Amino acid sequence: MSDAPAPHTRRGPLAKLADFFDDRTGYRAVVHEALYERVPGGARWRYVWGSSLVFAFITQMVTGLVLWSSYSASAQTAWESVYFIQHEMAGGWLVRGIHHVMAQAMVVLLALHLMQVVIDGAYRAPREVNFWLGLILMQLVLGMALTGYLLPWDQKGYWATRVATNLAGLVPLIGPSLQQLVVGGPDYGHHTLTRFFALHAGFLPGTLIAFLVVHLTLFRKHGLCAKQPITKPDCMFWPDQVLKDVVAMLAVLAVVLGVILLPAVRAMVEGRPIDPGELGAELGAPADPSQPYAAARPEWYFLFLFQFLKVFEGWGADGEFLGAIVVPGAVLGAMFLMPLIGRWKLGHRFNVLFTVAILVGAGLLTAMALREDYAAVWADREAYAHVEQLIEETGNDPEKIAAALGNDDTRIAEFRAEARELEAIRRSEAFFAAVEQAEADAHRAVELAGRPERIPPGGALELIRTDPLSQGPKLFAQHCSSCHAHVDPAAPEAAELLAASSAANLYRFGSAAWARGLLDPEQVAGPAYFGNTAHAEDDMVSYVTDDMSDRDSWSEEQIEAVAVALAAEAAVVGDESLDPAIVEQGRALMADEERCGSCHHAGDNETENGYAPDLAGWAGREWLIGIITNPNHERFYPETNDRMPSFGVAEEGGVPALSETQIGLIADWLRGEWYRGE
Amino acid sequence: MADPAPVPPPADARRSFLTKLMAMVGGGLATLTPVAAGVWMTLDPLRRKSSAASFLPITKLESVPDDGLPRQFPVIADRNDAWTGFAAEPIGAVYLRREQGSDTIEAVSATCPHAGCFIELDKRDRCFRCPCHNSVFTLDGGIVSPSPSPRTMDSLECEVRDGRVAVKWENYYSGIAEKVARP
Ligand code: FES
Repeated sequence: MSDAPAPHTRRGPLAKLADFFDDRTGYRAVVHEALYERVPGGARWRYVWGSSLVFAFITQMVTGLVLWSSYSASAQTAWESVYFIQHEMAGGWLVRGIHHVMAQAMVVLLALHLMQVVIDGAYRAPREVNFWLGLILMQLVLGMALTGYLLPWDQKGYWATRVATNLAGLVPLIGPSLQQLVVGGPDYGHHTLTRFFALHAGFLPGTLIAFLVVHLTLFRKHGLCAKQPITKPDCMFWPDQVLKDVVAMLAVLAVVLGVILLPAVRAMVEGRPIDPGELGAELGAPADPSQPYAAARPEWYFLFLFQFLKVFEGWGADGEFLGAIVVPGAVLGAMFLMPLIGRWKLGHRFNVLFTVAILVGAGLLTAMALREDYAAVWADREAYAHVEQLIEETGNDPEKIAAALGNDDTRIAEFRAEARELEAIRRSEAFFAAVEQAEADAHRAVELAGRPERIPPGGALELIRTDPLSQGPKLFAQHCSSCHAHVDPAAPEAAELLAASSAANLYRFGSAAWARGLLDPEQVAGPAYFGNTAHAEDDMVSYVTDDMSDRDSWSEEQIEAVAVALAAEAAVVGDESLDPAIVEQGRALMADEERCGSCHHAGDNETENGYAPDLAGWAGREWLIGIITNPNHERFYPETNDRMPSFGVAEEGGVPALSETQIGLIADWLRGEWYRGE
Repeated sequence: MADPAPVPPPADARRSFLTKLMAMVGGGLATLTPVAAGVWMTLDPLRRKSSAASFLPITKLESVPDDGLPRQFPVIADRNDAWTGFAAEPIGAVYLRREQGSDTIEAVSATCPHAGCFIELDKRDRCFRCPCHNSVFTLDGGIVSPSPSPRTMDSLECEVRDGRVAVKWENYYSGIAEKVARP
């Protein structure tokens, strides 16, 4: 203790306390040693990457620990708890945002640190072991990035992880067991989350800390590997290099915060309110194994590996094995050999070139992946119109195409090339559509989770599976759309869709607008109503076209009243302000046994059901559920059902085509009854 | 500053060897016991089997139009996820396809044999496409080369009885040329 103060100088109580501890621990020497490291040739900016990485890691530990305290790893609570963090907890979006963006910054810093070490030859003796430790640390960081991606248990993380773990299954011999161990069983679920979480927050960072301590100790033992030649005088780590390091840390932090706050700035510029859901890390719709996710992509820094799998197109199983296991393994192996290669005369140059080549290659692959996904943005779609037309005309039959091109080989080859480009553009368009759909789904999930009733114990997936707005279109597409259209008659594509349909257009079915069309002699026999059905020549159609167009028996005002009264029976969302007086008038006309009531049961008239559908409660929830369940019921079409299946009736020993819940979802969706946020 | 390294006092070589041996074995046993217990538990997932392949009812025959165009159907079954039991949950998806006038159905799994993404149907081009790495398959699940996928789509055994379609649901390992069912 050479710099211990002389005992006779007067010292204050604080200094005495410090002395007390120093006597017993020797901390002053430790601090001194930590701070007063000689930096040969003076402080330099190129030395800041290592400290920035340590800073990034500490940031991750702090934010990670806080996130941990609010996170719950299970298939029914992971998404839900992350939703709560992101959308409801004070500062949740900020902590999660920092954790998410800093993870990406860490990957960038790793690449920079590696470049600097290789270019400066800092892997050479005696620093070989420390270089190897660095490579291990790099893999640990990438491992944390990979495992962290799954934890929110959203569609994005779920599908990306499925691909990643399936690739792990390709490792020779132990692959399938390895995969099963990582996944926590044969299927993805609770134990996939608990295991990934244990890896992400326990095993990997724990190991990382242990290796980091050794890495830093060895670094101090060998001293800084100075950039040669040394031209400036040496300096001390504290404060000259520390200042530069701190500036670098602040720069990293500024970039991270900038990325998080960018959407807020954008919202302010556009004059929109700021939505905390937009800030920081995004949260997709809850993971659903039964819902395809066409926008599945890994995080951008793994995009090159993702793209690399496509490079081996046509190699069959070998290709995937090469792309996912062999080549990445070989590259990593070569990096481990760098210190040995570096001993050889040209070795250093080789190492630098190799590292640059790898980084450039990864960059190119990333660019390729992005270019493929975004091809539609800069493609000139018009230029391919003729290709599209020819494919459509010929049904993509190669012989017909050849004939259309006059069997001219060069023209055929040209056409093929263009067709391939067109396909790439269409794939990109499909990707955009998928991303848009994913965003809509995510938005809806968040909206539902924010309902005053909160998320049910079964989790957010239950919310979505019982949401008419999410499920209605899917169920309709699967079960109803082969006959019924569902299109706004004013939409540009309406005419084409209606012509192709073979039953009524159910867009806003039950609304006054729909009922007006039904009672319009011009429309009732058109494709939006009975035109394409077996009812095209029925009494209903002739009544509307003949009797209702006769102004002596039906005035326009009366027809309107009936339409409004029908809408009042249906009471669909959007038709809340019907005039009660008109409804009353229409109800009377409907029940009138000289008019609608001659065939239809309506109000309290005496007409029995059986000949024409019941107008009491027409298109209401119960009525709709009834007709979907069993259109042959006497309230609907016991004798004259055209082709509609009884979706809710099970044949002996079988299951009905649609469950009660599903039928309810379709009815609610058609009626516009779903939760609407503010 | 550091003290000079302590020099061990000369001792009886045989006794000292025994001491070292006992210290090492004892220490090893003490630390390895929790590790071994931990490894045992960590390996538990290897014992777990996916629900045994069985025929699951999918839909009615008439819900699969006989136009040669596949239709997607969810596969519904009871499913256990560790401690949670789900009754009648969608556990996957199949494409069913029926040729004109035929009463038999071809079923293929919607899971991509490349790396497990969800294959989608492209109605316009009348083919299957995987959105992940662009594998393309014909409507009967055949491979369109060049393709990243190592094999055709996985066909599933399918039974039509009394107008109802049932499919033997199985998961297969991805990324390899042969179709091997997971245990
Ligand atoms: S997972 Fe389908 S192509 Fe890769």
